[in-house]
Amino acid sequence: MLQRTIPLALVFIMGILTTIQFYIPHPISQEFYRTTIDWMNGISSMAIILAIGSLVKHHWTKVSRGQNVIYSSTTLIALTAMALIGFIGGIGQHSLFQKLFENVQIPLQATMFSLLAFFMASAAYRAFRAKTFEATLLLLAAFIVMIGMIPLGYFISPGISAFSQWILDVPNMAAKRGIMIGVGLGMISTSLKIILGIERNWLGG
Amino acid sequence: MREFFIKLGKIDRRVIYGIIALGVILPLLKPIGLPENITPPVKHVYDYIDSLPAGSVIILSIDYDATVLPEVHPMVLAVLRHAMVKGVRPIGLGLNPAGTGLGLDAFTKVGKELGKKYGKDFVYLGFKPNVSATILGLGENIRKVFPTDYFGTPIDSIPMLKNVRNYNDIALTISFSGSSLPENWIMYANARYGEKIACGVTAVMAADFYPYLQTGQLVGMIAGLKGAAEYETLVNRLFKKLGLKRPSVIAIRGMDANSLAHVLIMVFIILGNLAFFAAKYKEEK
Repeated sequence: MLQRTIPLALVFIMGILTTIQFYIPHPISQEFYRTTIDWMNGISSMAIILAIGSLVKHHWTKVSRGQNVIYSSTTLIALTAMALIGFIGGIGQHSLFQKLFENVQIPLQATMFSLLAFFMASAAYRAFRAKTFEATLLLLAAFIVMIGMIPLGYFISPGISAFSQWILDVPNMAAKRGIMIGVGLGMISTSLKIILGIERNWLGG
Repeated sequence: MREFFIKLGKIDRRVIYGIIALGVILPLLKPIGLPENITPPVKHVYDYIDSLPAGSVIILSIDYDATVLPEVHPMVLAVLRHAMVKGVRPIGLGLNPAGTGLGLDAFTKVGKELGKKYGKDFVYLGFKPNVSATILGLGENIRKVFPTDYFGTPIDSIPMLKNVRNYNDIALTISFSGSSLPENWIMYANARYGEKIACGVTAVMAADFYPYLQTGQLVGMIAGLKGAAEYETLVNRLFKKLGLKRPSVIAIRGMDANSLAHVLIMVFIILGNLAFFAAKYKEEK
């Protein structure tokens, strides 16, 4: 009952109430909406505690079982150290916390992502081939957008830049809008299935 | 010649990596200085901020992390410089926990650079979990979502926020991101509360936001390093007009490297295809 019926009932009641609320501009309805948002904020903060607990448990289990000890212990040490440094020394611009963020996390993350340029160049060389009509079309569109997206395109001819913008404004937008409408309809149907208790995967297990 | 192209198709990937590395490093060391053309989506963001009366409040939502820092961070710096020099007061907040420090860095740096006072001319609220609840909550009462700023100072004791309650008091919200997160600002803040939204996104994400530009749900968009360079160009012109010292131009400098890397990738695509067709021709023969 606690694991299935109550969560299902809560989702059904709140789903119906918040949907109806949107169309009723009555003070009670507005107050209900504000209270719901306050609750959402509170629950989100609690979810972070749950997430940290889950992360610690996951890596602690790995360390105790001897699996990927180096990686898991690095995660646990980094998590504890950063939290302690933040709590003790503060999180201001000149704090040790911010210095570690700027000098460790930023270079690490930026380096990882910048490797993409090398992989993209290599992949473009090996895989971006005009094998079919569709592939050729994609290749040409990519080519025009790429050259139009850099100052060189405009420098050669403003027409290249304008054509690149047209590709983004018309064919790209038409395709994107179609995808968005499909995603929107999918979201509505999935939400309805969850509210009505047809879709229960979110309950886990 | 055909054999040459076939051999070229089997080139070691480390050679490609080396050429790309040189293509990025050399223009950074010796900038070419290609002129920037200003595209309409960037101009719209600039014009909107420029048209705001001094004292207006805007939100800069730092929704990115260090992975996209080279592209997005220069946008934040340029927009902050523009807003602060015009007397528009920015509120900084973040919906990505890994971006909190980046926002703090940008706000502190530009505030100091232009001699602005924290709490009076700008304020930084920091990170808040749950994207939808935060955006919707800001539409009701900012104090309930952020009772204190990033440093723990109660909101009510910050002079700049005394008369700021919700989106009615915020002229514009700009979400800076490397993901589709700005869509949440459009869906919740614009659709529900009519808040004006703009975004600063990575070039790879830009295509996703064109439908919102066309519908007017986005005031404008700064896309990729090129967008950042365009905004820097506009801000530089403004600083020059006002007789102020030209700020550093990270994106404009980076655009030369970006342009050369794009050109190299295009050359690689052409060479790769020549190698493909040469091999195909040989097979068919």
